[in-house]
Amino acid sequence: MEATVVPLPLPALPEGWEAENNFKAVGKITKEGATQRTIEPVGPYFLAHARRARHKRTFSEDDRIQAQERAKKVEDNDDSEISEPEDPMMLQRDAKDWKSQDHYKVLGLSKYRYKATEEQIKRAHRKKVLKHHPDKKAAAGRADDDNFFKCIQKATEVLLDPTKRRQFDSVDEEADVEPPTKKQLANGKFYKLWGAVFKSEARFSKKRGVVEDVENFYNFWYNFDSWRTFEYLDEDVPDDNENRDQKRHMERKNANARKKKKAEDNARLRKLLDDCSAGDERIKRFRQEASAAKNKKRLEREAAEKQAAEDARLKKEAEAKAAKEAEEKAKSDRDAAKKAKEAAKNAVKKNKRVLRGSVKDANYFASGDASAATIDAVLGDVELVQAKIDPDEIAALAAKLNGLTVADEIKSVWKGEVERLVAAGKLKEGEAKSLAA
Amino acid sequence: MSDNGSKAGPEPSERTAIGITFGNSNSSIAYLVDDKAEVIANEDGDRQIPTILSYVDGDEYYGQQAKNFLVRNPKNTVAYFRDFLGKEFKSIDPTHNHASAHPQESGETVSFTLKDKEGEEAEPSTLPVSEIATRYLRRLVGSASEYLGKKVTSAVITVPTNFNEKQKAALVAAAAAADLEVLQVISDPVAAVLAYDARPEAKIEDKIVVVADLGGTRSDVAVVASRGGMYTILATVHDYEFAGVALDKVLMDHFAKEFMKKNSGASDPRENAKSLAKLRLEAEATKRALSLGTNASFSVESLADGIDFASTINRLRYETIARTVFEGINRLVDSALKKAGLDVLDVDEVVLSGGTSHTPRIAANFGYIFPQNTRILAPSTEVTAINPSELGARGAALQASLIQDYEAEDINQSTHAAVTTVPHVTNAIGVISVNEAGEEVFVPVVPPETAVPARRTVHVSAPNGGDVLVKVVEGNTHIKVTKPEPKVKENGDSKAAKVEDADDSDEDDSDFSDDDEEEEEKREKVWKIGSTLAEAAVKGVKKNGKVEVSITVNSDLSVLVTAREVGGKGGVRGTLSSA
Ligand SMILES: Nc1ncnc2c1ncn2[C@@H]1O[C@H](COP(=O)(O)OP(=O)(O)O)[C@@H](O)[C@H]1O
Repeated sequence: MEATVVPLPLPALPEGWEAENNFKAVGKITKEGATQRTIEPVGPYFLAHARRARHKRTFSEDDRIQAQERAKKVEDNDDSEISEPEDPMMLQRDAKDWKSQDHYKVLGLSKYRYKATEEQIKRAHRKKVLKHHPDKKAAAGRADDDNFFKCIQKATEVLLDPTKRRQFDSVDEEADVEPPTKKQLANGKFYKLWGAVFKSEARFSKKRGVVEDVENFYNFWYNFDSWRTFEYLDEDVPDDNENRDQKRHMERKNANARKKKKAEDNARLRKLLDDCSAGDERIKRFRQEASAAKNKKRLEREAAEKQAAEDARLKKEAEAKAAKEAEEKAKSDRDAAKKAKEAAKNAVKKNKRVLRGSVKDANYFASGDASAATIDAVLGDVELVQAKIDPDEIAALAAKLNGLTVADEIKSVWKGEVERLVAAGKLKEGEAKSLAA
Repeated sequence: MSDNGSKAGPEPSERTAIGITFGNSNSSIAYLVDDKAEVIANEDGDRQIPTILSYVDGDEYYGQQAKNFLVRNPKNTVAYFRDFLGKEFKSIDPTHNHASAHPQESGETVSFTLKDKEGEEAEPSTLPVSEIATRYLRRLVGSASEYLGKKVTSAVITVPTNFNEKQKAALVAAAAAADLEVLQVISDPVAAVLAYDARPEAKIEDKIVVVADLGGTRSDVAVVASRGGMYTILATVHDYEFAGVALDKVLMDHFAKEFMKKNSGASDPRENAKSLAKLRLEAEATKRALSLGTNASFSVESLADGIDFASTINRLRYETIARTVFEGINRLVDSALKKAGLDVLDVDEVVLSGGTSHTPRIAANFGYIFPQNTRILAPSTEVTAINPSELGARGAALQASLIQDYEAEDINQSTHAAVTTVPHVTNAIGVISVNEAGEEVFVPVVPPETAVPARRTVHVSAPNGGDVLVKVVEGNTHIKVTKPEPKVKENGDSKAAKVEDADDSDEDDSDFSDDDEEEEEKREKVWKIGSTLAEAAVKGVKKNGKVEVSITVNSDLSVLVTAREVGGKGGVRGTLSSA
């Protein structure tokens, strides 16, 4: 054969890989890693093989026999698995009663039943045919003896047709395993006894494989999806066209009977499960664990609720406190503002008194007794200036005037102030001239 | 051969050798012309020659002519006798002989009673099945000799895989009595595979082939490991229900019912032997016509009660009424694979052989069973397919030409179990490569079920050059099943598809239904890396170089590994001793 090309690259040699002659033997192929089989002595490549093999060595007769025995058998003609004694009563059966016949028993497959493979059924059939074919009976001088042969044919017809076989398997009571009695269970072996029951029930499963763990086990079985049907137990429906009404009646009756049997079967299975789970230690433990888990959940939930309530309460309190504080602060702010305002007002009053006092101290800037008109004019101008300036300026002015007694000094302060105000545009030129002169 | 007694076979140089399929329903003869196997037509122009003999007024008829006598002369016509060779009466199935001469017990063997001599008062003869076989083979070989213009002396004959040594010996003896040397008896499925592999365009490669040999009274399926041009049968299934006659019966029932419906009061043609024989012959003809056309007619003169009957049937209707048989055939393939411990994904080729394999539905069904890249070799699926009825004879002719120059004793020695029984490796042996994702992957070099001694060579790329590691490991496959994401997703975050390993150990008894699995799973074959056998370093490989790795498993299971740069000098060489 030509070399095949592999596009995927070889790995790089790992760092530090070291071996004598660059080769490391690690494992070997064991005897178990090979099967003795027979190559077909056919074709040009076999001829080449034979040439090689034969030139290398000659085999002793002993070797030859051994080789023959070693070869793994592909053809398996061993029918021993389907040999069971034939019940003489069964051989007398009338093929017309095929509905009540045990098809597996007829073929010698009683042990296997629903487990019998298609190949087993065929082999069993063949074996029975070889034995019971009417032509063979005829050869043995027993003409017309084909009754049991017909039973065989019927059994095979049913068992090789997947639909018919299911219908038969559905009602094959021989394959049922009765649930264990209390007495049987008293000896322990709970799982073994019930296990056999469910293994047999599992033959009706639409799904393959049955679950092992407890929870899924019961889930699986309580939701069991069964293909079991009860057509097989139908009463015969008349075949002729004359009896149409009767036919329809029978069909309806059969349909109802099937439905009823299916419901009964479901109920049966449910009861089986109830009975089994009632005694199942694992389920008890499971229930306890489940209820412990449930309790734990409840406690956790309650604690969480309590915590939440506490949190809410604290939050509410904090909020109330904050609101109160805010309110108090606002109030005190308001009071302080009021006080400040009053203080300012008082200060202004006081400062105004200083201003008015200053001009009085300066004798209204007159030499000798001041006339009423002069006093009036000066006080009027003081009023005017006061009206033009804000409390801070009043305070500043008062501060400058405070303590001054000399008329000229007082006058120069006022003069300065008036000039400042004129410059700031707050007073017009010529206004308050009694103070600025 | 050693036990055919009386006289020695011809000298190799004196031989004219042909290939024969000696079927229970039909036989064929083939010869090699310019290295190409040709199936020979007999004097009636038939290449599928019914395995039937008939005697009328002392005259012997064979093939199609004899088959036609099943209607008028059933008692002196013998059919379906091949499977009785070398068997005792108690272990034969006489079902198919009901409409012709019946088999009887006679001592250790089976015989038929026929009036084979002329004259009213001539006594009927009781002929053992071996004598029937001899007479038939004589006619068959006579036709071949006539066609070739020289006397045929020798043949390779094909038989089913479950023919035991006693049956083979009986066949060889019957042939010898017909003056025919049997060079070798080979098995039907292997002859079919050889017929395909001998085509000039065929490449010898390691592959798993399923041969479905679907005949008249039986269907045989074989799973064959084809390794470097050598064939090992891994499993076989034999069935006697789902074959050609079952399809005939479907059509017989169909037309019998239609006949009775159209002619009220007419009797059931299946109740009368002669009507039944006519019904059977025409049903088979109609069935064959349905393999080619989508419509076929059915017409019988005086079918029953002197009433002529003509009708038609289309292919769709036929496929519907014959569904049970087709499904049965599907299951045979299934169970053969199961017995071999293989999956449909392991199969590279399906060879359809035998007359019933002409049926388009059967090939189409296989197309559904197997993955897309499995070649289904049938006339309706592959234009270059070889006529399924001719595969056996062609394979036999090829084998005959390969061995006709050897002494009989030489052939005996070479085909003995001492030569043919050898260890086959269970696991694949291969090397480690690195895929695009930087992961180590197994690259098979010697596939599983390869007979040893065996040598395989691969060229593995080393794009970066430098020092590379050749790691020789065992490997095996498993089937990875990827389930599609279920439709309803929890909390929206789509998870990666769930991956599960197919459970090989699933010896579950309750495997009644897998047709309920509605979701489409993705199944793929993946290689698993097994235990390490050896490591070797190839140093200083050029950039974009290639490394040649050669693995030889010797007959004692010791392993020789060589590795070197392609085109380079030297290289590494090491041996693993056998355990
Ligand atoms: N073209 C065809 N289409 C369908 N069936 C066919 C065709 N040709 C032959 N057959 C059927 O194939 C069967 C014979 O197959 P063959 O391989 O010759 O049988 P056997 O192996 O039993 O000798 C018969 O049932 C025959 O009707």
